[in-house]
Amino acid sequence: MVNVILIAVLVLGLIGLASAVILFVVSHKFAVHEDPRIAQVGAVLPQANCGGCGYPGCSGFAAACVKAANEGSLEGKLCPVGGQPVMEQVANILGLTVELGAPKVAVVRCNGTCENRPRQAQFDGAKSCRVQQMTGMGETGCGYGCLGCGDCVAKCQFDALRMNPETGLPEVDEEKCTACGACAKACPRGIIEIRLKGPKGRRVVVLCNNKDKGAIANKACKASCIGCGKCVKTCEKFEAITLENNLAYIDAEKCKMCRKCEEACPKGAIHGFNFPPKKEKPATAEQITPNDQTTKQSND
Amino acid sequence: MKTFKIGGVHPVENKLSASSPIREAALPKQAVFSMFQHIGAPAKPVVKKGDEVKVGTLLAEAGGFVSAPIHSSVSGKVSKVDVCLDASGTRRMAVYVDVEGDEWEESIDRSSALVRLSDRPELDGKTIIEKVKNAGIVGMGGATFPCHVKLSPPPGCKAECVIINAVECEPYLTADHRLMLEHPEEILVGLQLIMKAVDVKKGYIGIENNKSDAIALMKEKAKGYEGIGIVPLKVKYPQGGEKQLIDAVIGRQVPAPPAIPISVGAVVQNVGTAFAIYQAVMKNKPLIDRIITVTGKSVKQPSNLLARLGTPFQQLIDECGSLPEDTGKIIGGGPMMGKALLSLDVPMTKGSSGLLIMNDKEARRSEAQPCIRCAKCVSACPMGLEPYLLSKQSKQEDWEGAEKNDIVSCIECGSCQFTCPSNRPLLDMIRLGKSTVMGIIKSRAAK
Repeated sequence: MVNVILIAVLVLGLIGLASAVILFVVSHKFAVHEDPRIAQVGAVLPQANCGGCGYPGCSGFAAACVKAANEGSLEGKLCPVGGQPVMEQVANILGLTVELGAPKVAVVRCNGTCENRPRQAQFDGAKSCRVQQMTGMGETGCGYGCLGCGDCVAKCQFDALRMNPETGLPEVDEEKCTACGACAKACPRGIIEIRLKGPKGRRVVVLCNNKDKGAIANKACKASCIGCGKCVKTCEKFEAITLENNLAYIDAEKCKMCRKCEEACPKGAIHGFNFPPKKEKPATAEQITPNDQTTKQSND
Repeated sequence: MKTFKIGGVHPVENKLSASSPIREAALPKQAVFSMFQHIGAPAKPVVKKGDEVKVGTLLAEAGGFVSAPIHSSVSGKVSKVDVCLDASGTRRMAVYVDVEGDEWEESIDRSSALVRLSDRPELDGKTIIEKVKNAGIVGMGGATFPCHVKLSPPPGCKAECVIINAVECEPYLTADHRLMLEHPEEILVGLQLIMKAVDVKKGYIGIENNKSDAIALMKEKAKGYEGIGIVPLKVKYPQGGEKQLIDAVIGRQVPAPPAIPISVGAVVQNVGTAFAIYQAVMKNKPLIDRIITVTGKSVKQPSNLLARLGTPFQQLIDECGSLPEDTGKIIGGGPMMGKALLSLDVPMTKGSSGLLIMNDKEARRSEAQPCIRCAKCVSACPMGLEPYLLSKQSKQEDWEGAEKNDIVSCIECGSCQFTCPSNRPLLDMIRLGKSTVMGIIKSRAAK
């Protein structure tokens, strides 16, 4: 009887010892050394896993940051959700300094409201911008403007986009927008641009994406860019505005916020954001669109 | 009676214009020729503003191997080369011709005398394909795939038979039906030419059983032609799909892409294409006109019109009585696979088989309800796919899953959406998934 117990204890003891030795050897031999800093960096990231940084989730970004730190610089790495404070924390952990670009924000480059851009057809299919895009022009005469089904709103993880039922266009909540770019990727027409927020949030933008010739663009929408080039002329000094494919574009880095282009635009396609209301002649931007000017342009 | 094996639906036929003979539509005042009248590379314009053109003059040359040239269907002066809104709803390059008189190129034989293959013994396969290519012939059933590409099988593939698609399974459309009744012998000679081009001895013409007069007439005429059989088929949509037709007529199944019909030895051409090939080879006439059915329940006079390419749709509707007041939707093509038009200024192209005017009530979709898992779409799918699953995966952007479930095999026939009791927009989502997955596959192949 004692023998049986002794044998059992001995055998189990030996098996246990052998296993312990194997486990010990294996755990040392095949150990995966993860830089502890990856976990540390991961801890300060927002864990929204939005992918706005260009990496697969926050852990992917943390690994990329540590790898970049080993090479000596954090240049080009930015968590758009956390912004400056989070990037500074990341830099502290990695013992580096970080220089951040100016904050950015999503801008919907279309002002084709129901009023400006009359509907010519009714889309009856699945409520999705991408499905509607496959039908060609969509509901209006503009093949470049907002389709209004809200694919961008569905993609926003930060509740920063809302469809305005009156205009039929998405609106960006600048406080909430993290410039992660998910909406810009979701838009099948590429209307949304991730753009420099500007000093005090002030910026001047061409709110149109129409690349058709002037006559067609003019017919499709009251607020379309017709590619007349007046804004380019007013901005000769700073060369911030370029005209390509019948569409003007303002380079946010060169723009001096003089807003002369806004006044020059015969269609009111250029908008200034977050500027204080003008003291004299408050409605110039609206009033400077007499019809004769518009038609003259379209006949060119 | 034969038919394809899996899936299929039975939409109401509504062949309103079946007994109205083909009549010639009037010449338009201005003809517009889109450079995208076929699948593949767009044609390149070879004329410029101010050029005089005749009927049959080359307007644009093919932009690549999978492409087709475009000829003028009218005589007059080129007024501009500019963008136009086409039937796909996008703006594309087009040649505008202001019509003056009706002068034809001298090389075109305009007599109606039948030219048999025995009258032209010098014709060989290469010459036929060359003539088809230069005449700008594309698949006239609506897919508009350049015809000469189909007639030149890839290396390693050998055709065994030619199948003529005279099924016309789309409801409402009767253009092919009338063509068979009025030009049976031309179609048979056209089929002989295709058989010669791909070097086979066997040809079939598949006709659905709702066209019994056409079956009887074609059977009678086919007696004088060796190796040509008429195959009556049970009525079922989408029998006119290439793969379904091959299954129905010779009982072979085309495997999933990248396999093509020639992989199982079949070359399928539409009956309108056979007629166009006859005209191109025997009469030297490029593809400049086609038969189009203008129909709809509120249309005064549903008709089959022989219209010149480039004629605006507005004019074709005017020929059949004015546009009904209760119009809700105008569809280019048939009700199952056609596409709603954005404007009636859209010009007719090589693929315009029909113009269907739906009234307001017919035009509206019912509101989508939740899926009740009845699996009707699964039994209706002629490709044996699971439409409810594919549509869900497309919605969730699960492209990998959609690819695994063979979304690229979808032929976009719309049987699933037609049969769904919850009115779910299944095909809308599947189309989106299919185009995305095809893009992914392409970019993967490019790497």
